[in-house]
Amino acid sequence: MLEDYFRQYGLIAILALVAVAVPTSMLAFSWLASRVGIRPANPTPVKLETYECGVETIGGAWNRFNFRYYLYAILFVIFDVEVVFLYPWATKFIRLELFALIEMGVFVAILLVGWAYAWRKRDLEWGS
Amino acid sequence: MNCQLAPDNILYGNGLYRLLYDAAGTLLPCWLAYLAAGLVIIFILVNGVLLGAAVITWTERRLLGRFQNRVGPNRWGPFGLLQPIADLFKLLTKEDLTPAGADRIVFALVPIAMVAPLILMTAVIPFAQNTALASLNVGVLYLLAISSVTTIAIFMAGWSSNNRYAMFGAARAVAVLISYEVPVVLSLLGVVMVAGSMSLGQVVEAQALPFLLVQPLAFFVFLAGMSAELNRTPFDVAEAESEIIAGYHTEYSGIKFALIQAAEFGGVVVVSAIVATLFLGGWSGPLSEYLGWLWFLLKTGVVVFLFIWIRATYPRLRIDQIMAFSWKFLLPLSLINLLAVSLEVFFLRGETGQLTATDLGIMTGINLVLAVAAIAFFGNLIRRRVKFETRRPAQNVVPGVSTIEVS
Amino acid sequence: MLFQDIIFWVLAVTAIGAALGVVLIRDLFRSALLLAVVFVAVAGFFALLSAEFLAVVQVLIYVGAISILFIFAIMLTRNVREGNLPNRLQLPAVLFPALLLAALVVAVVSSDWRPIPEEELGRAQLTQTQAVNIVAEETLAAEGFSTAAALENAQQAGLADLLIGAFVLPFEAVSLLLLAALIGGLALARSRGG
Repeated sequence: MLEDYFRQYGLIAILALVAVAVPTSMLAFSWLASRVGIRPANPTPVKLETYECGVETIGGAWNRFNFRYYLYAILFVIFDVEVVFLYPWATKFIRLELFALIEMGVFVAILLVGWAYAWRKRDLEWGS
Repeated sequence: MNCQLAPDNILYGNGLYRLLYDAAGTLLPCWLAYLAAGLVIIFILVNGVLLGAAVITWTERRLLGRFQNRVGPNRWGPFGLLQPIADLFKLLTKEDLTPAGADRIVFALVPIAMVAPLILMTAVIPFAQNTALASLNVGVLYLLAISSVTTIAIFMAGWSSNNRYAMFGAARAVAVLISYEVPVVLSLLGVVMVAGSMSLGQVVEAQALPFLLVQPLAFFVFLAGMSAELNRTPFDVAEAESEIIAGYHTEYSGIKFALIQAAEFGGVVVVSAIVATLFLGGWSGPLSEYLGWLWFLLKTGVVVFLFIWIRATYPRLRIDQIMAFSWKFLLPLSLINLLAVSLEVFFLRGETGQLTATDLGIMTGINLVLAVAAIAFFGNLIRRRVKFETRRPAQNVVPGVSTIEVS
Repeated sequence: MLFQDIIFWVLAVTAIGAALGVVLIRDLFRSALLLAVVFVAVAGFFALLSAEFLAVVQVLIYVGAISILFIFAIMLTRNVREGNLPNRLQLPAVLFPALLLAALVVAVVSSDWRPIPEEELGRAQLTQTQAVNIVAEETLAAEGFSTAAALENAQQAGLADLLIGAFVLPFEAVSLLLLAALIGGLALARSRGG
């Protein structure tokens, strides 16, 4: 059993190595190409300016974020955690008793209160 | 060196892997055969993503041309088929710039962080009968987990570019991604529940009827969520050309741009393959023992076409509409699907916890009606709300003044 | 066991190196990225411990969600590249994790780690690697779950059964905790930003 488990994840580990190696080697190839002159590499200050409509850039790129993003991030994290709890239950649900259905109903219902709260307080709206 | 796969080995059930292993095992020691067989399948997967991405750039441009009553790229090779190769060579010979003031290391890591998860996702997709790199017990969650890593890559791109538009694009993209992740993860619960497993191979086998019919709501939510996660129209505010140049990859050029583009179109391939597996029955079809890969490719192609069709049809939504669409439309729909499927499974299942094809048929009947009703009801609700919600004018519209809101 | 050992050491070095980077690097954004690397390494540990469900959940929740929350929070601060100036919280920031580490070390050292007897190893591995699966009766019987009671026991060893069985109360408490976190978080964020 455990050998089978590691046989599978071993293959995934190899794939992970390949998945990182492929784009890395392409970047390395591009760097080599610039060395042998297949592609140009002569940056000038004007070229390296950030691109904004062709007009000269004023000020830095960084602005204080709209706090609304943070609200959505909180909502997202909480709901994500909730749904993850549902997965083992859903996998086995076909074999489980009535109690499992009720328990999950309660679990989801409690969180729906939070969702209704967010809707009611207009946290789900972008413009307000 | 006669090394054959034992029947009690889990990889014995993996058709293509066993073939490769036994072939390699006649020449190599066992651990090398394990590696070699794995690498051959990995080679197929990596090329499936990267060549698939190249093919999709061509298909998309040709089809969009057709949809918009023009020709599309048709100069290079028959029907312009060599266009992707021409594009690749063009991008390879372009200068690769890193803008001044950028975070160079993070900037260079972005293409890797975008392509690698995509390739990793293919590991669990069964692309022919009983054939995938690994059939994990947690397949569905594995896909969702790996795909969520892309969010960080987009943030890296936006932040490291030192470009205001890139930052805007990244912030928008991440807000959209996280909002659509919740309904997507919820919608797949129904699939897992009926299949009784998170392994993608078993999900395919459970589809006596395609889940597209059994759970139309889940399919709708998943497809909509995935087009948002791929930053495709109608959810493409993140790289809205007419507003913020190209969004988070504005500053990328040369090979880095090519890789980001490859990740974007490769994403279409991978997501289409996932949709085909989860909702259209994957490799199952007549003669699936020999032609499984063909059915899989055909179904994937149909989903790709659907994505391109959607892109050609719908205009871009505003950010407030996109957010409302996810939190007030897709989320309740996926919850309704969850409730309906759990009740149906509970009442229809047999003594030993089995669902027959008839049960699936009954579910199809109920769920189709439910889907139409739910989409009509919530669609009406959200249409009235979004339509009359006029947006306040931005307080400061001078570009470049730092009080402007990132939205 | 050789390959597992190699992977363990690679992961351990990555995790510790990245964790050191998180606290030593001034650039807050890079710190957050390194934190995501730590999370990935931890997911790798879970996978090595054959807790595959926890491994994917670690990636989904920590890498995909908590990191994003951190990055958004960082983006709300004043100076991302320079980090914060040294302040008076340095001492508690050293003390608290040191205490936590001590508690963990004591817990690990003082635990009575009994190895599973040889004849039960197969069965233990079966329930461990199939924690989120419905296990077929034939597979169980092949591993030596012969009596009806043993079969039923083995089938109810999964995560789902624990969630609706022994841990039902903590589980519902989690739901309340999440609700409180949601409402609290939203209320706080709104009052600061609005």
